[in-house]
Amino acid sequence: MIDRRPFVQKILKNRKDNLRVVSGIGTSTWDIMSAGDNKGNFGFIGAMGQSIPFALGLAKSQPDLRILLFTGDGDTLMSLGSMATVANHPVNNLTIVVLDNESYVETGSQPTATAGKSDLELIAKGSGISNSYTVTNENDYEKIMNTIYDEEGPSLIVVKCQAKATPLVFPHSFDGSVSINRFMSSIKS
Amino acid sequence: MTGINKDWRNDIYAVFKDLNITMVSHVPDAGHTPLINLCEKDNEIDVVTLTTEQDGVGLSCGAYAGGRKSALLMQSSGVGNCINALALPNICRIPFLTIVSMRGEWGEFIPWQVPMGLGTPKVLEAMDIKVFRADYKDEVGSTVDAAARFAFNTNRSAAVLLSQKMIGAKQFKNG
Repeated sequence: MIDRRPFVQKILKNRKDNLRVVSGIGTSTWDIMSAGDNKGNFGFIGAMGQSIPFALGLAKSQPDLRILLFTGDGDTLMSLGSMATVANHPVNNLTIVVLDNESYVETGSQPTATAGKSDLELIAKGSGISNSYTVTNENDYEKIMNTIYDEEGPSLIVVKCQAKATPLVFPHSFDGSVSINRFMSSIKS
Repeated sequence: MTGINKDWRNDIYAVFKDLNITMVSHVPDAGHTPLINLCEKDNEIDVVTLTTEQDGVGLSCGAYAGGRKSALLMQSSGVGNCINALALPNICRIPFLTIVSMRGEWGEFIPWQVPMGLGTPKVLEAMDIKVFRADYKDEVGSTVDAAARFAFNTNRSAAVLLSQKMIGAKQFKNG
């Protein structure tokens, strides 16, 4: 099991100029913000289930950028059909990293379906996202980096993480209009 | 804005072209089918078939963040699926446009369509969506044009309800 916070920070360290990062509701947003403030980040703090379709729309609109979504198992489970939409309207520049800690940590660590019988990699593959795999060890870092920057997407990586609470790291603003305009300025420039 | 066409779906398509709307997502409805077909034939428009209407909200917002305008087509029953997702364009002040074909309000055959049909305008207004309505074919183009400009000029959410009176209520036959 991977310690998510340092692992996300490692992935985002020395990030390339063509990378834009989106995060789903919950700990994923605090994770990416912990890697340092960056205009090329947009973090959800609500609208659960919408981060995958958002990342798809962004990837379709910006084919020359690499789009990386960090999200959790809870957010992903809320909109499983979005995997089918991603698969059937494919974009080659999208990587979805599901930080799967098998629990709703922020609400008291209730188990999610992935703590039971459900497997997000198999759901992704069954939905048609053929480049889907699971990592349980940090040694797979290089493989993940290759997927994010070089492989033809869409890709979905399930990163099995420890279920532990981590410090909240707030974004530049909680005002969505400030966040999205700041993010969009990173695309225009 | 071009003139009024024989089929009012062509008037909606003309607004899409005029305002450079290049992504159209939908959970299909028979009332939208001619418009979906027009968009499918247009190489400049990406048509995305969704599994649930709410994903069209996120998709539309992501597309806008990347610099593209889009519209979500759905039946009134799909509006209920979108409620929490509509927080996203609201809090981010992202322009959001949806065009809703109404069921359950005029000569409806299927009772199951009535609850969400009755709830549709209330639900949209409860989420601070500006609701426009077209009851007659000759006002569809101007109404969609007004709603789209409201959304994209003022960075807010707008919905156009296409009345069942105009679309026509299908009468089903058993067997």
